[in-house]
Amino acid sequence: MSAAETVSENMQYLTFRLEDEVFALDITQVREVLDFTTVTKVPRTPDFMRGVINLRGSVVPVVDMRLKFGMSRTEQTVNTCIIIVELSLDGEKLVIGALADSVQEVLEIEPAHIEPPPRIGTRLNTEFIQGMGKRDEQFIIILNIDRIFSTDELALFNGEAAAESA
Amino acid sequence: MEIDLGEARTTFIAESQELLQEMESSLLALERDPDDQDAVNSLFRAAHTIKGSSGVLGIETVEKFTHLVENLLEKMRTGQIKADSGNIELLLQCRDHISRLISLAAEGGEGPGKDLLGAGDDLSAKLAECMDEAEAAQAAPDETPEAGGGPSSRTGAWHISVRFGRNTLKTGMDPISFVSYLARMGEIVSITTIFFSMPGPGEMDPEDCYLGFEIDLRSDFDKKAIEDVFDFVRDESTIRILPPYSRISSYVELIQGMPEDALLLGEILVKGGALTAGELEEALKHQEESQDAGRPRIGEILVEEGATYPEIIDAALEKQKRNLVASAKEAATVRIDASKLDSLMNLVGELVIAGAGIDQHAARIGDAPLQESASIMLRLVEEIRESAMKVRMVPIGETFNRFRRVVRDISRELGKEIEIAISGADTELDKNVIEKISDPLMHLVRNAADHGIETTEARTSAGKSASGTIRLRAGHDAGCIVIEVEDDGKGLDRERIIEKAAARGLIAPGQQLTDSEAFKLIFEPGFSTADEVTKFSGRGVGMDVVRKNIEALRGTIDIESTRGEGTTVRVRLPLTMAIIDGFMVGIGQSPYIIPLDMVVECVEFTEEDRRSAGKRNYVNLRGEVLPFMRLKEFFNENGAGSKYENIVIVQYAGHKIGLVVDELFGEVQTVIKSLGRVYREVKGISGATILGNGRVALILDVPRLMQTIERNYFARAG
Repeated sequence: MSAAETVSENMQYLTFRLEDEVFALDITQVREVLDFTTVTKVPRTPDFMRGVINLRGSVVPVVDMRLKFGMSRTEQTVNTCIIIVELSLDGEKLVIGALADSVQEVLEIEPAHIEPPPRIGTRLNTEFIQGMGKRDEQFIIILNIDRIFSTDELALFNGEAAAESA
Repeated sequence: MEIDLGEARTTFIAESQELLQEMESSLLALERDPDDQDAVNSLFRAAHTIKGSSGVLGIETVEKFTHLVENLLEKMRTGQIKADSGNIELLLQCRDHISRLISLAAEGGEGPGKDLLGAGDDLSAKLAECMDEAEAAQAAPDETPEAGGGPSSRTGAWHISVRFGRNTLKTGMDPISFVSYLARMGEIVSITTIFFSMPGPGEMDPEDCYLGFEIDLRSDFDKKAIEDVFDFVRDESTIRILPPYSRISSYVELIQGMPEDALLLGEILVKGGALTAGELEEALKHQEESQDAGRPRIGEILVEEGATYPEIIDAALEKQKRNLVASAKEAATVRIDASKLDSLMNLVGELVIAGAGIDQHAARIGDAPLQESASIMLRLVEEIRESAMKVRMVPIGETFNRFRRVVRDISRELGKEIEIAISGADTELDKNVIEKISDPLMHLVRNAADHGIETTEARTSAGKSASGTIRLRAGHDAGCIVIEVEDDGKGLDRERIIEKAAARGLIAPGQQLTDSEAFKLIFEPGFSTADEVTKFSGRGVGMDVVRKNIEALRGTIDIESTRGEGTTVRVRLPLTMAIIDGFMVGIGQSPYIIPLDMVVECVEFTEEDRRSAGKRNYVNLRGEVLPFMRLKEFFNENGAGSKYENIVIVQYAGHKIGLVVDELFGEVQTVIKSLGRVYREVKGISGATILGNGRVALILDVPRLMQTIERNYFARAG
């Protein structure tokens, strides 16, 4: 699913807002969007790991995307929501909630209108970007969700936790 | 005519595991007491059943080999061969070989490989040797008894009439497999397929079986063996077996006992060579005459037959008795797919959460009848939860019994004398836990036998009894299951361990360690004090894996050892992995759950305590030193919390510590949910649960917290 280069037809993306920037996710990886609910913080974990929520009986971790991308902590407003994404990590299914300021719309973007991620000029780690979608002369950052929640990223967090408690 | 026997095969494989287990324990029992007739009988039964089932299912490799084993066992059963250490050893090897053959069949792979075939041939040769010895001492087995009284058929073949039950195909049986099995028992002289009961195409159900056979079989097997071929379909089908040279009246009875037209059947018999035309005619006439006399002959015939074939009747009676026992057993147990149990457990878990939610809402609304109903429902849910959990509980005895063999083999190999003593075999544990604990326990037992127990000479010179003892013990303690593996061997060499650990850089040279700390070093990866690697252990893999597996089950392991007297390894495991009774506390703004069975008491953490504790991390609890931990600090929880802090005193593995919390909420039913791989490494939290209000609460990992406190304590002290 992560391979944009093999896509020949139009793909649908869910766009959402973090601060004043618009991001997009491949819609096939989005399971649902929830209103903000009580998040239980798991102690001794990095700040961007906001905690866990109850998703109809399963415990799902929630990541504060703003903190993850080096912005300020997400404050709760009426528009705040949790985008539940499903990805497979080393063959295992992983469900994660991504905290966003607001969800915008579902967009169709032609592959021709997607450009490779810029090398500079973004405060995001370019590895996290799958491409830059262009729409009405506005750029939308299409995220590589597999990369953001990859084993390395999680291992980094585990390492931190281990270091903290040692 | 290939019909999927998948289901029957799966059942066979599951059953044969049990039977093999039974064989093993019978053999070990026999080794202790060679005159144990019960053990021989159950051994024979197990082998016999495996042979029969594998034959019907067409697993030839298993059938052929087991048949040889059965022959030997038969001789043992009739007392022609005495059980001795030699043939018990051989039979144990045979059992293992059967087990390998069956697992091979289970994998559905190609035939056995060269090694396996070679091993099989070896064993077969040895079995034959054993048999020959007995044969020499004994005359050849007696012939099928000649029937007396009344004119007899001149045919020397068995006659078998079988009408399969309607459901034969539905139960996964293939009629042809019985025929091909019979063909392997002897020579089929003739066979006629009977399909007269088949209804017209309109009424015919393609899944029903309308078939029957009339078979003439030349075979040296006895009636019981032939009967056993049809074991699987016996209940539903009509089966008549006539021995060779049976009286014609028996044939008449057979003809009349079948639903088909008598003349037609008679013709088939004649065609098959069971009867001559003349014999048939005479028989039918004879029968008519006796009917004219107004006296049915059938009863008489049966009585006569009873007199002439006592051994057949005996066998039938015995068989009946056995079937009765077997069916009573079957009725008492149901084989269930473990995944069905898991999903039931999940649903019960959800039910518990939903019930807690309803209870809370009812309390909030304050409607008395609603609260009443809610509490009744909660009680029922609680009962459902308990029964659902009991369903998953199995006694650990079977796992323990498996180790008898292991210990026996090791003691043979190493020339040691080792006894094994088991207690608490009926202690029940969650099935999942048992499955996962069996390998680590196996390791511990092997270690005890290999490293723990000394050789006979060493023991005698140390003034100990010549034979060592390994004790396996299971029991309950404070909501946990405790399993102990104890040996009276040489004990752990503390200095040696420390030396090795220092050499491997696990500890600083000259570091002072307590006994328990020193012994814990053997759980480090790659640690081994054995000078030589034996077949069983000493490679330094194992103990760390043991610890890892046990910790994965939320259990702990510790060692006690006295030089020269022995070692005890104690494994503690939680009763179940799914639901626990929890005690909810508040730390900062967040609710946390402490497993209730670890909570000893709660005391107030007074201003005075706080002052007197100062910077130290222990308080005076009725004259006892109680180390404690401020969870709010440890977890970096913010929020002022309450002014009145409490200490929850928890106990685990004989240690007590205090956990300082802000609020006490009370008991809650806790369904344990995994936090998933993202939070796998979080210290001090073992999982999460969902509260009645839908919020997630975290479950404290008391053993890990305890370790942290102890480490801090030692860090400070050192």
